[in-house]
Formats: sequence, structure tokens, C-alpha cells
Amino acid sequence: MTADGMPATDFAASSPCAPPTGNLIPLLHEIRHALTRWLEQREEHVIDLRSIPLAPGEEDRLLEQLGAGEVQARLSVLGPSDIIETRYPGVWLTTHYNEDENIIGRFIEVCEVPGILKSQLEDSRAGLGRLENDLSNAETTA
Amino acid sequence: MSKDKTLGETLRERGVSRRSFLKFCATTASMMALPPAMIPVIAATLEKVRRPSVIWLSFQECTGCTESITRSHSATIEDLIFDTISLDYHHTLQAAAGSAAEHAREEAMQENHGNYILVVDGSIPGDNNGYSTIAGISNKDMLMDVAAGAAAIVAVGSCAAFGGIPKADPNPTGAVSVSDLVKDKPIVNVPGCPPIPAVITGVLVQFLTFGLPELDQLGRPAAFYGQSIHDRCYRRPFYDKGLFANSFDDEGAKKGWCLFKLGCKGPTTYNACAVTKWNDGTSFPIEAGHPCLGCSEPDFWDAGSFYKALSVPTEAIGKTAVYAGAAGLIAGAALGASLRARKQSAVKNHERVTIDDLDQES
Repeated sequence: MTADGMPATDFAASSPCAPPTGNLIPLLHEIRHALTRWLEQREEHVIDLRSIPLAPGEEDRLLEQLGAGEVQARLSVLGPSDIIETRYPGVWLTTHYNEDENIIGRFIEVCEVPGILKSQLEDSRAGLGRLENDLSNAETTA
Repeated sequence: MSKDKTLGETLRERGVSRRSFLKFCATTASMMALPPAMIPVIAATLEKVRRPSVIWLSFQECTGCTESITRSHSATIEDLIFDTISLDYHHTLQAAAGSAAEHAREEAMQENHGNYILVVDGSIPGDNNGYSTIAGISNKDMLMDVAAGAAAIVAVGSCAAFGGIPKADPNPTGAVSVSDLVKDKPIVNVPGCPPIPAVITGVLVQFLTFGLPELDQLGRPAAFYGQSIHDRCYRRPFYDKGLFANSFDDEGAKKGWCLFKLGCKGPTTYNACAVTKWNDGTSFPIEAGHPCLGCSEPDFWDAGSFYKALSVPTEAIGKTAVYAGAAGLIAGAALGASLRARKQSAVKNHERVTIDDLDQES
């Protein structure tokens, strides 16, 4: 453990069967730069973890380092999606699964809140239509 | 789904939420190796897409490419891709058979002339049209007939793209690729034996979203085939450090070192296996401990031993050629018989098969 009680990760360590790619530290620096830009200019940034070669075990170490913060949400959208604010506020981890719960995409998003978590205008319009219809039916029956 | 409605309209009618659609677009962008900044562009474009007709022709092939696409592990992709296109003819997947199936193809060609996408898997026999026919029509005639009205052609698998295994020496059917025959239509090659399922669907989505993708010199979409397996391989750091496995069970193999000396074709093979991976994203051949065979490159089957390092001359082939030249076919046959006998003896005695043994058989 580190002095502030956070789990310490040895990025130089590698599992016995997998050589490290050396991509973890640069990836964390990219997140640091993105978070700086977000704070100073409100510029959002998304990193697609599938686009970066990572050795077996390295992604787990990255996720361990990012940890979990105050917000954790599970969406039900063509299979589940998990959205977690990491222990660095403003840095989110979005994991998309298919209906068999296999991971089909994983992104790190640096923003106020990931777009997919917000209510969508198209869905709200459809919801308004349903509500009006329900009320109309209820008034007809009453 | 009506062909007049856009994908967005149809999805909303079916109760697919905007969030679900955004998830589809995000995973599709990832699959196409596009920067995440393109996600909103994909969403905006795909939503307005009208359902294009797709005619899928299968020629000299093993159905592995169709098996691959139907096992695309992403439910969102496979559901939405088949919602997005109208697969009007695919003689393995369609319910209709015989003349009804051929009628469906002809009808789709007539109704969508100039606008449909033609997908081809399998190579085409060039020597004798009778080697492979469908409903009495030779593969070549059917290809040329359907290609004439297509907006674009997607050659799926190494057989359609480059001739593949049917074209391997001695190429008994005179197999040729789609691009050997069709010269006047845009052709996107999606090689692999088979191609990665997500790459097949990704190319179709990319075509619908952005039109013809950027291609490399072999006609492959750069988004998926732009980088070598070697460049994206998680074992690359070992190559850089000069640490190699020299056999499949030595210390280097156990430690996951680079498989270059075991014949890995990763440095000369361009594909997305190292990133997209196989079997629900579980792994790819190198991660499972086997060298890349280079199946998405032309003539991979005849490119020397799978187990000889790229920079090492194919010594065994040279020797065999000299022996055959000196002693004629009888010596070649004797060599083959000797190898078979060695193999049978090894199986019987449970002897360990070495890389040299594999080399001599290949």
C-alpha cells in the first residue's frame, strides 16, 4: 500500500508467462495529459483499450491501478455495459459486453460523464409519447 | 425491415434505444480500428443508411468464411449487421433451395441493379468450368453475371481474394481470385483463412458508413490490414531483446518468448488478429503458443515451411529439388514413402515429432 492508502502497482512486474509490452506507463501518462486538458480546456478524450497491444495480465494491472471511485452504473443495452468512475474523478472506464457477457469493447473516457450514460433525446421523445399514450388510455378507462 | 426505411427508423420501431445504438457504434469503431472520435460520425451516418441488397456467392471454398461470420461473437454486431443489410442470396444460409434460390438471386439483381453489394467466398476454377457449378451455371459465368450489376465486390477469405488453398501447388483446378477475373468493379479483399468474423462485418459496416474503405496494395482495407501481426504482437518486446523460443517446449516457449525462430510469419503478415483476436476475443494463434502461418497473405500455403524462420533459407525444399532432379520421380516417391514410414513409426512408438520432421512433411 502507498502512503495514501491506495493499492500500489508494480508496473515493471510481469506475470511468469507474459512479457510486458511496456505500454502501461505511457498509457497512464496519456490519461494524465488528457485529465490535465479536461481540467484546463474541457477537452474530452477517449482511449480505446483494444487498440493498444497489452500482454496478458497487463490490462488487469491497469484496471487495478485505476480502481473504482464513487460512481458505478450498469446499463442494459444490447447486453450489459459497466460504467465506472475510476478513483481519479473525471476518468471513466466503460466496458461493453454482449448478451453472453463477453467483453466486446473497453474504453477509458476522460470527461464529465460518458455520453452513453446521459438520457438520450430520441429515447426521451419516445418515452414522452408512451407517457402521453398511457395517460390517454387511463383517462379513457376512468 | 422495409428497404425504404433508414436503419435508425427501423431500430426505433423495434424498441432499440439510442444508448444501444451508441454502444453498437462504439464497438464498431473499435473493431474498425477507428479513433473513438469517429463514433458520433458513425452514429450519424449509419442511422440514415437504407438497407442495401447483398448477394453472397460461394465458389471453391470450405464454408469456413461463412462459419466465421455466423460466429461473430458480438451479439450487437451480428444482429445489427443483418438488420442493416438485406441478404438476398446465400445458398448456405437461405431457406430456399434449387430454382427458388436462384430466382431470389435473379430478382435481387434485377431490382437492385447497379446498387447491390456482391460478397464472394471461394476461388474460381479457371481451367475447366465444370469443376464447380451452381444450378448448372459455372462459377465463372455466375461471378461475371452478378458482378456486372454490383456496386462493389467484397472478396471474403484468402480463396476469393488470392486463390487460397485451391490455388496451392499444383492448383488442380486452375483456381483464380475474384480480382483475376473482374477488372471493372471496385473490389475489397478481406483475406484470412478464415477472416476474423468482426473484420468481415466491420468491412460491411465501413462500406455502408464511409463507402469504399482505404485499401492497401493488395486491395485489403487498411483499417484492418494496415499493420503487421508482428507490430501489434504482445511478444514483440522479446523479439526486440533477441529472446526466442527455439522449440515448442523449451524454456523460451514456456516463458512466452518470441516465436520468430519457430517460423512465425507475423513480420510479413498484415491482419488484425493480434488486436481483435479470436474466440470471443480470447486469444490468437501466437498467444496460444503457435507461430502465425500468414494466412491473410497471397500464396501462404506455398510460401515455404510454416516452421522455418523467415530469414532462414528453405533448405529442405532445395535438397528435395536436387534429389528429385538427380534421381527422377522414383527418388521423390521413395523420399515421400520414407517420410510416411517415419511418421507411422513415430506414431507407433510415441516418439517426439520435431520441427525438422514437420519441415520435411510440409
